[in-house]
Amino acid sequence: MADGVKPRVKVPKSASAGEAITIKTLISHPMESGQRKDADGNRIPSSIIHRFTCDFNGENVIDVDLLPAISTNPYFEFEATVPASGEFKFTWHDDDGSVYEDSKSITVG
Amino acid sequence: MNITRRQTLFVSVGAAAFFAMPAFARRLGAELDLEARTNEFTEGAEVVDGDGVVIKAPEIAENGNTVPIEVSAPGASALIVMALGNPNPGVVRVAFGPLAASQSVSTRIRLAGTQDVVAIAKMADGTFQRASATVKVTIGGCGG
Repeated sequence: MADGVKPRVKVPKSASAGEAITIKTLISHPMESGQRKDADGNRIPSSIIHRFTCDFNGENVIDVDLLPAISTNPYFEFEATVPASGEFKFTWHDDDGSVYEDSKSITVG
Repeated sequence: MNITRRQTLFVSVGAAAFFAMPAFARRLGAELDLEARTNEFTEGAEVVDGDGVVIKAPEIAENGNTVPIEVSAPGASALIVMALGNPNPGVVRVAFGPLAASQSVSTRIRLAGTQDVVAIAKMADGTFQRASATVKVTIGGCGG
């Protein structure tokens, strides 16, 4: 597991029903591309987060396949519809099998 | 054995081709990969340049390590982004679920040098549309 992986997610606390809200996500991860070389000229093996998904109450919002051309600390901004109060669930899948999760609840009122 | 002028010519052309091979093969490899990726996404369907996809990228990026881009394709179910001048052209593949309010996404990508960034979207009617943007990169972002 890559060190110091910390997901950060920004979701509004409340919204009106059916409103489109903007979600911003960032996760600290080196996203080693496999192209870089260390001081001795050896290739540093690739190690990235290869998948990111966002679901709301079990329904999918966005499903992203990441390749090594995504920058360090992968950032995604997208819009989601909120039909009712519930919880956004964010999942990142690392190449090494680790899964990082975060969730944010939102109230519709 | 007499070596004719013609034979010398053939040999030198052959030698030139041989030495040019690695660079050429690499280039070809990247292009094949690009084609494979496009085909995998479109399943062989025709891709047309269209207004359905909009790709927003800076004209000049000072640092190729993190270039902000935004791709929007209203009504699309999925899209892919490719950077034609990178060692591996694939960048990202996005599938929009039923709760996506708009079919747009912003992220930050790596670009090895000045190049075209291409987005292909699968539209609601099953057709594929393409848009591209040229980004000038001052410092490349693929290590090396």
